[in-house]
Amino acid sequence: MESSISETETALVSALRAGEPAAYERLVRDYGGRILAVCERLLFNREDARDAVQETFLSAFRSLESFDGRSQFATWLHRIAVNASLMKLRTKRRHPEHSIDDLLPTFQADGHRRDPGSRWTNSAGEISEQRETQQLIREKIEALPESYRNVLILRDIEELDTETVAEMLELSPGAVKVRLHRARQALRTLLEPIFGGASK
Amino acid sequence: MTCHDALDFLDDYLDGKLPWGQRIAFGLHLGLCRPCRDYLDGYRKTIEASRKAMSEQAVTNCEQIPDEIVQAILAARSQVPRSDRRD
Repeated sequence: MESSISETETALVSALRAGEPAAYERLVRDYGGRILAVCERLLFNREDARDAVQETFLSAFRSLESFDGRSQFATWLHRIAVNASLMKLRTKRRHPEHSIDDLLPTFQADGHRRDPGSRWTNSAGEISEQRETQQLIREKIEALPESYRNVLILRDIEELDTETVAEMLELSPGAVKVRLHRARQALRTLLEPIFGGASK
Repeated sequence: MTCHDALDFLDDYLDGKLPWGQRIAFGLHLGLCRPCRDYLDGYRKTIEASRKAMSEQAVTNCEQIPDEIVQAILAARSQVPRSDRRD
């Protein structure tokens, strides 16, 4: 999945390791937008995201020596940003999580669906093109309990693999798969009114 | 295979990791079960739509990091004790 470091990245890392002040600014300006987006996706709060961005870069500056060039520099920085965001979430006061069981499909004793649900007639692209709809979808994702939301974002949005997410969240890979499956089902239920399903 | 069984296989099916025998059974069930076909379609669209709604541009509404954050990071770096710095 990850290719090795590019020549541009090699030059930047060398300049950073040499302590060139301009290299630090270039690093922040070149990668800052993407890192801010990662932090906002996980934190849903601009101020917290800004704090996490700052922590990401300071942490990266401190651990430049540990970057071994086997992955792309952007990938390395992305992992630091995810960890900084998760740390921010952990330090915030936690509320008891509500159950998502009501959002999961139910079945009859013979294994058939209790509620066949509705058909989604539009494509995901058509539906999510409008900014208001994108905002609604983000609100539904935010409405998921944190333990499910984090797995969904890390797997489906940040596109990290199961093993990496398991390590970051201190879960087993099996637990990550179960949470992802439940999170996707719950989100599908929450999005059903937005997708305006056709009746059977 | 029941609808309940089919639900458990969804992720492995989408990831292309369902063993051959189960893939055949899953395909047969989908062929016969409209509700499960619709559910799978909505499940796929959920993943696609959330990816699009959470894309970089949709979330930040800007491609570049605001200048005040850049300055804050560079200022914070300058306050790191020299022993921890590279320059």
